[in-house]
Amino acid sequence: MELLGHYNYWITIVLAMVGFYIVISSHNLVKKIIGLNIFQASVFLLYISMGKIIGGSAPIISEGTQVYSNPLPHVLILTAIVVGVSTTAFGLALILKIRNVYGTIEEDELQELDR
Amino acid sequence: MLSGVFSLLMAGLFVTLDAVDVAFTEAAVGGGITTVLLLATISRTGETEKRNPAFPLIPLMIVISTGALLIYGTSDMPLFGDAIAPIHQHVSPLYLSEAQNKTGVPNVVTAILASYRGYDTLGEVTVIFSAGVGVLLLLGSKRRRDENAV
Amino acid sequence: MPSDVVIRTLAKLLIPFVMLFALYVQFHGDFGPGGGFQAGVIFAAGFIIYSLVFGFKNAKRLLSSALLRWLLSGGLLLYSGVGIACLFAGGNYLDYSTLASDPVVGQHIGIMLVELGVGITVFAAMAAIFYAFESSDP
Repeated sequence: MELLGHYNYWITIVLAMVGFYIVISSHNLVKKIIGLNIFQASVFLLYISMGKIIGGSAPIISEGTQVYSNPLPHVLILTAIVVGVSTTAFGLALILKIRNVYGTIEEDELQELDR
Repeated sequence: MLSGVFSLLMAGLFVTLDAVDVAFTEAAVGGGITTVLLLATISRTGETEKRNPAFPLIPLMIVISTGALLIYGTSDMPLFGDAIAPIHQHVSPLYLSEAQNKTGVPNVVTAILASYRGYDTLGEVTVIFSAGVGVLLLLGSKRRRDENAV
Repeated sequence: MPSDVVIRTLAKLLIPFVMLFALYVQFHGDFGPGGGFQAGVIFAAGFIIYSLVFGFKNAKRLLSSALLRWLLSGGLLLYSGVGIACLFAGGNYLDYSTLASDPVVGQHIGIMLVELGVGITVFAAMAAIFYAFESSDP
């Protein structure tokens, strides 16, 4: 039981490693962005799962509820999601620009062209 | 398409973890905006990717060893759903007990977001603003650049 | 951008509700789940549906990119303006208690205004990013 109590972290780590693997193994820049997105989702999950209290309810004050989950990680992740999408958009815009200038978005071809 | 499904599943997971505000955002952002932007980029850069012939052995090994180390590290972390974990001891009880009386807002997430952590949110909005400006500068100045080129 | 009758009709039915829901989320965020970030994103999503179904030109006629740029900075200015108003009212920066004679009412006003600023900026940023992607030629 002690050991199984950490399963939320394991899920997070698996998700993070999937994202990490995509980032370091693929040469396509769009795929790298997708990998970063998955990695980011794992961080969101880590924060939210830490804030959960078993038996608690959503942190909106109402009568008849005693235990609330921790609202602080929710606030941090709420803003992080929207910031994440805008930075993703910025990355995609950079990719479009690279594509316009170099004509490719494969990393190894880009390095060849720069040589 | 799959990106949208992924975000929707994440949103469902957040609801079960009591983070309704976060789930809301994730559903709207991931299902709506991110997918549209990804599709727009892929349609402009080409659907096919150059196949990498070599089996990615080194990345796989790095990923597996990092993951194993991280899982080893979790044994010191507090248990899932534990009410006496350190994260629940610091400022959160204060927020939960006094937010309603001090701000008149029953949704504690909104109260913290806008009032207790107003500076934080101001910074985040500034980041979004700068990202928007950055994208506009990168992609939106086509006409002016052509005039300069002539 | 020509599209199907089914899609057009469905979008016509759907978009008003999406936008109304965004406004509800914006102004009801104090009592239920929601707030400026979500409202801005949902509003932008409704707008993007319109633009995808009825064509980019029509969307641009509805909301020009110059106006979007004004909104983008206007939301941020509203946010920081609330902070400066608090300074003038005799409190600290972003200390909403000084906005009204009753500190709780002041807090409520401050939170509403700040969320509105957040919503406007997020909507304008998302729509501006979408415009930029759409107008960059393939």
